[in-house]
Amino acid sequence: MKSNILSKTLHYTQIYVPDQEIEISSGYTSDLLSDVMGNAQENCALITIQGHKNTVAVASLIGIRTIILCNNRKAPEEMIAAAKEHAIALYSTADTQFTASWKLAHLLEHNGELKRNI
Amino acid sequence: MKSIPINTDNPPTVILELIYRLKVKEVMSSSLFTAEKTTSLRTIQKLMRRESITGVPIVQGKRILGIVSMDDIIQALDHGHIEEPAENFMSRNLIVLEDDMPISFAISYFDKYSYHRFPVLNKKQELVGMITPRDIASRLLLEFNREIDSIERISSHDSVVGIKETRVRKFTVRKHDFENAGYASTEIKKYLKSMNYESALIRKASIASYELEINLAVHSAGGEMIAEFTENKLVITAKDSGPGIPDIEKALTEGFSTANSWIRTLGFGAGMGLPNVQRVADDFSITSDLDTGTTVTAAIYLK
Repeated sequence: MKSNILSKTLHYTQIYVPDQEIEISSGYTSDLLSDVMGNAQENCALITIQGHKNTVAVASLIGIRTIILCNNRKAPEEMIAAAKEHAIALYSTADTQFTASWKLAHLLEHNGELKRNI
Repeated sequence: MKSIPINTDNPPTVILELIYRLKVKEVMSSSLFTAEKTTSLRTIQKLMRRESITGVPIVQGKRILGIVSMDDIIQALDHGHIEEPAENFMSRNLIVLEDDMPISFAISYFDKYSYHRFPVLNKKQELVGMITPRDIASRLLLEFNREIDSIERISSHDSVVGIKETRVRKFTVRKHDFENAGYASTEIKKYLKSMNYESALIRKASIASYELEINLAVHSAGGEMIAEFTENKLVITAKDSGPGIPDIEKALTEGFSTANSWIRTLGFGAGMGLPNVQRVADDFSITSDLDTGTTVTAAIYLK
């Protein structure tokens, strides 16, 4: 699945998007960076409320290229700057982490197609 | 005249890092020669001569009341009151430093005031040492030597193509510096990438180095990361100067964390740092001492 689905289908806000076609092969939901570090898979979309440049650092180190900030959390300037530096896509949404997680899971399961109204 | 010719506002990064990292208490001399307010200036003069010092703090218990300097002694000899007690002639307008301040403060104080020494007090306002420009200068020289040594080690290995011999890189990590924490791991990752190692190995090395680096920033008083690359393995050593881990077993338990709440708001303190390192490392060791600090070593085999 390509990352542009987040803006096109889910209408998530693009804070910084270096590439519309970033591969997303799974999702990981967490706010604890060591947990992300230890358990998230490469090329997953990270669903978090952790709007901080350290989140980008962790993502970059383990090969996560998409971060979704939930609950309308704002990305501070340094976080956006770090995302630019490491070519990581930053999206934001009013959805909770639970909602964003099941929406993403739904899309992943159906190859990017919506099978129900969300 | 500047006592220590270092610009504390905008020095080169290495210097800046140094003068903020070093604390007054690490640089001051803590072997104190003091006198009481009833001590005669003559006795103080003899003390100065015997110990080759130029200023003597006058104390009551651990509290400092004043200072008698070489200049006060000369004045006393000149005016004939050398046998009188210190309290009548000591300087009472004291400017003091706190032991926890970075030495950048001390440097700017020496620039600002004409004193040749400052008494150093701890949080309880007790006299714990004296600091002179000489203490600072000799310590800085020592640290500069160390820096240059490590710069030379880095640059002499930079030209090597492929890892034919050990290549060492050192990084300083400061306490609670979350702005720069992650730099060492990023550098280590970049280097492994440039050497075309497979991504699973790079990932393991990244996890180990990032967790150790963050640990230094979160838990230690500051320390350093040393990455040694050889043909077959990467050895990462994280060394700090304290405060040490009281129960290593606990620290290695997933979910156990001593991070405070504001550190948790930054996303750290999941209690998975050391367990993550242990999981990805091929060799792992940890030693900790409540006096000298903690050293963690993690090796990743690169083949």
